[in-house]
Amino acid sequence: MSHDDHGHDHHDHDHDLTFQPDHPEPESDDALLGMALRELLIEKGMYTVSEEQAVMATMQGASPENGAQIVARAWVDPDYKALLLADGGAAIAEFGHDLSPAEFTVLENTQTVHNVVVCTLCSCYPRALLGMSPAWYKSISYRSRVVREPRAVLAEFGVELSDEVEVRVHDSTAELRYMILPQRPPGTGGWSEERLAGLVTRNSLIGTHRDLMISQQLHE
Amino acid sequence: MNLPTGPHDLGGQEAGEINLTEHDTAWWEWQIDAMVRLALSKGLITDFAELRDGIEQLTPKDYKNLGYYERWARSLAWVLVDKGVVTQSELSERVQAIRARQEKS
Amino acid sequence: MSALFDVGQTVRIASREPGVHHRVPAYAKGQVGFIERICGQHGRPETLIRGDGQPFERLYRIRIPQTDLWPDYQGSDRDCLDIEVFEHWLEAVE
Repeated sequence: MSHDDHGHDHHDHDHDLTFQPDHPEPESDDALLGMALRELLIEKGMYTVSEEQAVMATMQGASPENGAQIVARAWVDPDYKALLLADGGAAIAEFGHDLSPAEFTVLENTQTVHNVVVCTLCSCYPRALLGMSPAWYKSISYRSRVVREPRAVLAEFGVELSDEVEVRVHDSTAELRYMILPQRPPGTGGWSEERLAGLVTRNSLIGTHRDLMISQQLHE
Repeated sequence: MNLPTGPHDLGGQEAGEINLTEHDTAWWEWQIDAMVRLALSKGLITDFAELRDGIEQLTPKDYKNLGYYERWARSLAWVLVDKGVVTQSELSERVQAIRARQEKS
Repeated sequence: MSALFDVGQTVRIASREPGVHHRVPAYAKGQVGFIERICGQHGRPETLIRGDGQPFERLYRIRIPQTDLWPDYQGSDRDCLDIEVFEHWLEAVE
């Protein structure tokens, strides 16, 4: 219950941990309110700096590579794909992920269906599978517009769809958390799961990217 | 269209072009994220719903002007003051102390 | 507790303003759609803000045609929007 104490003044210790030369410092009133609250909670013994660091390490360790790995498995293993689509939670448990009590739900893109995800009310996002959500996903513009004019929004991301393709928007309004299963690109027959996973972009897992390419890099 | 219930009820409203610029999450943002998760796991709050509720009660102006983590910070502070875990004056004093510390370094 | 509504059933989303946190977007209130899938049971937002959310309630995914939602919708007539709605927000439609 007591906070870490290596003989330093408590405030200096936390100040050392707060200041990271490569990261912007909190400056706004509300960022500082958050920092003030943090210091007070730690001083009052509500949590420790060690616990904070452990949570941060876990969250920082999550990335879209987790989602990509699941996509690659589904591409090579039809039984896994069936499980993933029927019971996402059970499927990702095989890779050690657990989003419960949220229901992890995977939506499959096909030749005739394109799926895209939003949380209009707040920005819910499957962090364990995709890492931190991008600023645009949390933006007022995206949350406002993608439900009403998905095709125009997708075009801003470079995704152009004919009327032959049905666009489905999924608004994460309650306890479901979504990931898209993009289509496997042609020319990848016989590839290893690791190599396939390298093709999967984060945006393709949200729905703002559709056609994965063999030359694609994960970080685009 | 129905009137939105609060500043968060954004679906279908007019809005501008989406800014696709990405930025690395700042250290203080990770810390606020961790604080919210720990508040939950330590039982200071029972569900994220409490914080979403707090965020929904921001004024439309504040909602638009505050960043994502600033909204969570504001809401968690409000909820924990309400529950008596911290006081408003403790928070105000500490914010001033942090500013003073920053100005010195 | 079994689900009140079946997959494929036509339902209307209620148009209430309960004055508390409830997570039904304004654009969806009063809309008619169908049950796309029956989800699990969860705490309702209205009760999670002041307790453990018990008793849990059935959640559904409702599919609504975009052309019903937006009078000026630009896209295919088959485009749709899926949202999650709790049972007490849904009414059967003949």
